[in-house]
Amino acid sequence: MPLHIEKVSHSYGAVEALKDIDLDIADGETVVLIGPSGCGKSTLLGIIGGLLEPTAGRVSLSGPPPADSLNPFTYIFQDFALLPWRSVAANVALALEHRGLGAAECRERVAAALALTSLAEFAAAYPKQLSGGMRQRVGIARALVVRPAVLLLDEPLSALDAQTRELLMEDLLAIWAREKSTRVYVTHNLEEAARLADRVVVLSRRPGCIRKVLRIDVPVAERGRLEHAALLIDVHRRLWSLIRDEAATAEREMLDV
Amino acid sequence: MSERRPVPFRGGGFAPTPRRVVPWIVFAVLIGLWQAASSSGLLPPLFMPSPAAIVRALYALWLDGTLMEHVTASLKRIVPGWIIGTAAGLALGLAMGIFSSARAAGLPIVSALFPIPKIALLPVLILWLGIGEPSKVATIALGVFFPTVISAYTACDSVPRNLIRMAQSFGLPARDIVAKIVLPGAMPGILAGFRISASVALLLVVAAEMIGAQHGIGAFVLTARNLMQTDQLLAGVVVLSILGLLISWGLGRVERSVLRWR
Repeated sequence: MPLHIEKVSHSYGAVEALKDIDLDIADGETVVLIGPSGCGKSTLLGIIGGLLEPTAGRVSLSGPPPADSLNPFTYIFQDFALLPWRSVAANVALALEHRGLGAAECRERVAAALALTSLAEFAAAYPKQLSGGMRQRVGIARALVVRPAVLLLDEPLSALDAQTRELLMEDLLAIWAREKSTRVYVTHNLEEAARLADRVVVLSRRPGCIRKVLRIDVPVAERGRLEHAALLIDVHRRLWSLIRDEAATAEREMLDV
Repeated sequence: MSERRPVPFRGGGFAPTPRRVVPWIVFAVLIGLWQAASSSGLLPPLFMPSPAAIVRALYALWLDGTLMEHVTASLKRIVPGWIIGTAAGLALGLAMGIFSSARAAGLPIVSALFPIPKIALLPVLILWLGIGEPSKVATIALGVFFPTVISAYTACDSVPRNLIRMAQSFGLPARDIVAKIVLPGAMPGILAGFRISASVALLLVVAAEMIGAQHGIGAFVLTARNLMQTDQLLAGVVVLSILGLLISWGLGRVERSVLRWR
């Protein structure tokens, strides 16, 4: 679904976190938000999905969400946000239970989502028995099971080690090749941005505003090819030059606690 | 080439490892020393009877039925008192954990009344409810109520915020968030509170029975002291200790089955 972010600003008390964000996201597009810490990228994601109320501005979809979407705006969280007392299948089912579906349909949908994330054999396992990568796969399955129109990913791979991150990036790309959704992806990892984004939106530091929008023309499916290696390195370098100084400032800042 | 020297190991220790026999040896040695001191006449039996004498007293009390009579009398006060106090405490504590207005209303009162030693209220409760069972049950219920309120609402606070936000992001209605996120998330804290409230109940039943009761372990211990039957007195104390251990073992079982996911 095309998504429109219009003049969105947000303040936490006297601190201005976001200022005048204007962004249109096309149907099926993947937009990656990057920026130094404290640029308000997670705040913006919270506003898009209706978990935070912006101080000003609004977020809207073009037209009604698709009829088969049970939860049009669906998150995947950095810390997975799984219920430790529920099995993998029950964690995924949590997203469906209150939707008035029959028990059989619930089971069917959960099984399909688990199959899509290669979790079928772990259906009865508990989160504490799983590695970080498998836990995030549960988070992904839980998001897919409600057929989101807009998928909101809040640093989904940040809690994972480098190899697991690589594997999950491949998984996400494979899933996205099949599932139709519009995606907003927050990260501070430039490689994820270069690999996954159709467009990268660079936010500046407090108050966060759009500093640069970078379109990557090579389709995401082809970015693994050797001939595009130079392009990806170039994207990475350009993004880094855009945020390096602000990242350095952010890193030297005293924490306000 | 100089001589190769192996790197000396220095990473040992400071890691608790189970030693299954040690606790039993400590018990055996302590009781053995005690028995030896009694047998050699070092401990006057009137003030400190020997372990053997206490066991004999226990056995006699078991045979003539007095033991079960007193234990039953105490349990008939503990069980209803604990259940009433826990039910009321969970109701208020969970309400305070979930609704800000319930917390604003309840917290000052609970904080003000919590520090009162509940046994001090027994005379008032006797005045209101009579010297019989209701005043004792009410004392236990009051003593259990306050720690339960506090453990229930702090347990609600300890439920991770991000899980609640996750549930909101999937559109769960508030009722479902309470039933599926807050209550199970608060369960470890609530069960930990049960351990505290169970020991409060045991303490209060003994105290209440010492103040005014014909039966019950507290009354039994007090009578034994009045008659200078020290072996029976200590037998009563041993029964209390066993009762406490049984309660704690039972709660451990409940915790393990309810919190299997941990």
